[in-house]
Amino acid sequence: MDIIVCIKQVPDTGQVKIDPHTHTLIREGVESIINPYDRYAIEEGVRIKERYGGKVTAISMGPPQAKEALKEAISCGVDEAVLLCDRAFAGADTLATTYTLAKGIEQIGRFDLIICGKQTIDGDTAQVGPGVAERLDIPYVSYVRKIEFIGNRCARVERMMDDGYDILEMDLPALITVTKEINEPRLPSLKGEVRAASIEIPMYTAKDLGIDINKIGLAGSATEVIKIFPPPKKGQYERIEGTLDEQVETLLKKLKELGIINIPL
Amino acid sequence: MSIKVDKEKCTGCETCVDTCPFGAITMVEGKADIGDQCNLCGACQEVCEVGAISIEAIEKEEVQDKEAYKGIWVYGEYRKGRIAPVVYELLGEGRRLAHKLNVDVSCILLGYELKDKTRDLIGYGADKVYLVDDAILKDFRDDVYGDVLTDLIEKHKPEIFLAGATSIGRSLIPKVATHLNTGLTADCTDFDIDLEKRLLLQTRPAFGGNIMATIVCPDRRPQMATVRPKVMKKMAFDENREGEIIKVTLDSINIKARTRFIESVQQVSDAPNLSEADVIVSGGRGLKDSKNFGLLQELATLLNGAVGASRGAVDAGWIPYFHQVGQTGKTVCPKLYIACGISGAVQHLVGMQSSEVIVAINTDPHARIFDVATFGIVRDLFEVVPALTKRIKQAIGCE
Repeated sequence: MDIIVCIKQVPDTGQVKIDPHTHTLIREGVESIINPYDRYAIEEGVRIKERYGGKVTAISMGPPQAKEALKEAISCGVDEAVLLCDRAFAGADTLATTYTLAKGIEQIGRFDLIICGKQTIDGDTAQVGPGVAERLDIPYVSYVRKIEFIGNRCARVERMMDDGYDILEMDLPALITVTKEINEPRLPSLKGEVRAASIEIPMYTAKDLGIDINKIGLAGSATEVIKIFPPPKKGQYERIEGTLDEQVETLLKKLKELGIINIPL
Repeated sequence: MSIKVDKEKCTGCETCVDTCPFGAITMVEGKADIGDQCNLCGACQEVCEVGAISIEAIEKEEVQDKEAYKGIWVYGEYRKGRIAPVVYELLGEGRRLAHKLNVDVSCILLGYELKDKTRDLIGYGADKVYLVDDAILKDFRDDVYGDVLTDLIEKHKPEIFLAGATSIGRSLIPKVATHLNTGLTADCTDFDIDLEKRLLLQTRPAFGGNIMATIVCPDRRPQMATVRPKVMKKMAFDENREGEIIKVTLDSINIKARTRFIESVQQVSDAPNLSEADVIVSGGRGLKDSKNFGLLQELATLLNGAVGASRGAVDAGWIPYFHQVGQTGKTVCPKLYIACGISGAVQHLVGMQSSEVIVAINTDPHARIFDVATFGIVRDLFEVVPALTKRIKQAIGCE
């Protein structure tokens, strides 16, 4: 079973704070991390390999420092990694990103299953997984919370829905995106870290991939960001004081006045 | 690289350094230097007071005849005999945009043995309803639904296509947009129209809700977006509105079905689900035990709401992941979010801070949840929640 895991190095948005005066992002001390959902993708890939044999390859598109994220993936059990790295990739929206990743995956060659995290925490789009599958003309299932089984030709998975989950089967090769419910990612092993320290991660440029440069980066993007601004600021909250009964009464009254609840008080 | 800093003009004020959402700008010998992380978003260009930063416009070839694309389409997400509530919100928003563009709003419904919802859809703003009723569409599958939708868009050429940012929409629409080679903006919370360029201005939160970005799709059609449920307003139902119903058959559509539906397992039965609920009563580590979620459930049921949870409560095993709100759970936007015993880690806040009214109940007055709250009660949830439940029961006369 040959697995490809797509990962992205992202700023830890949980650490990002907004400067209350300038309304800009304070990035000082914000680390770059493996996108949290991609850790579940890595773990699932490694588990499948441990069970069925085969190889796990991690792929990422990003600046040279994204090598660190790939090395971390190797320390967690991934066998090989490649980085798609070229300044021409910069500014890519999801359309250009899926094109580039699909070209990188074709370069890696044979695979049975591609695993992605369900979305990244910086872009939050959840579009890259399905987009890569479409580019490669393979089936996909998003929001997978469990792989029930994987055979030679097909896999059965549980897919989160808003009202529960659906069970689906798909032909292989295929792509899935996974939620955090699917597993508990392991920490890097000592052996893995030793391997990661010595391994050479190949970097592919646009030229190496032989791709159409009108389809990558800013030039290949269908969308353009025209404005970035701070979210509307929440005012100070209103602290409701008094005895317990008074607090309950005041709160319900205020909610009613705002038309939020409709209860005859 | 198409972004440049004019070192002559740069005054070294560092405003751009602070503004860059990607941390790509550093100061080299007192001048701004843009590194590899640059995503060409243009935030620095906008704040630079001396105009030292320029992004080279890239000549893009005109790939499509944009004039051929007309009208607004709303994806009428339909599952198990019901239309997703977000569809009515999208029809309302679609009408507002259609009015500006002077075009029609169409709703496209895919399914099998569809219950007749056309009156509702037209009354809430659709001018045309496309019905595709076929056994192959009995259960949702990305590949089958995607192929049908792609084909219909290619045939009918809407200029704007909107879908709910639900677990179906967020998975299905990327396939369609990729196939059509056009842009797709996820999770939009606001739209406007640039009439001069006839462009849809799509605004969405990014970086976990830390910034807002307005995005356009200038050269490709349709302009596609998924939209967060509960953000747009549906219009008042008008039973006299008239609309056209168009039945579509699948004879000529090439469908590649490589996924098979096995079964569907319902996790929430009667209660509204988290992304659709108007009221969410949510609990964190302050709940102390799984059985205490019963208190929240009781209050939620009275308010016809759903129960949510912080990651802390889910990781402690007190409540299933299905209920988790926040960065690694669900993003919700109810009218009322009652946070009980939730400290307010950023990971949680990003999933609920766009709720209309937030009530925080916590014993710690410095808890971060109060930073996003509308109303706060600094008191033990084990006192406040039962008191609220009791008072509401009394008010509606069920005690």
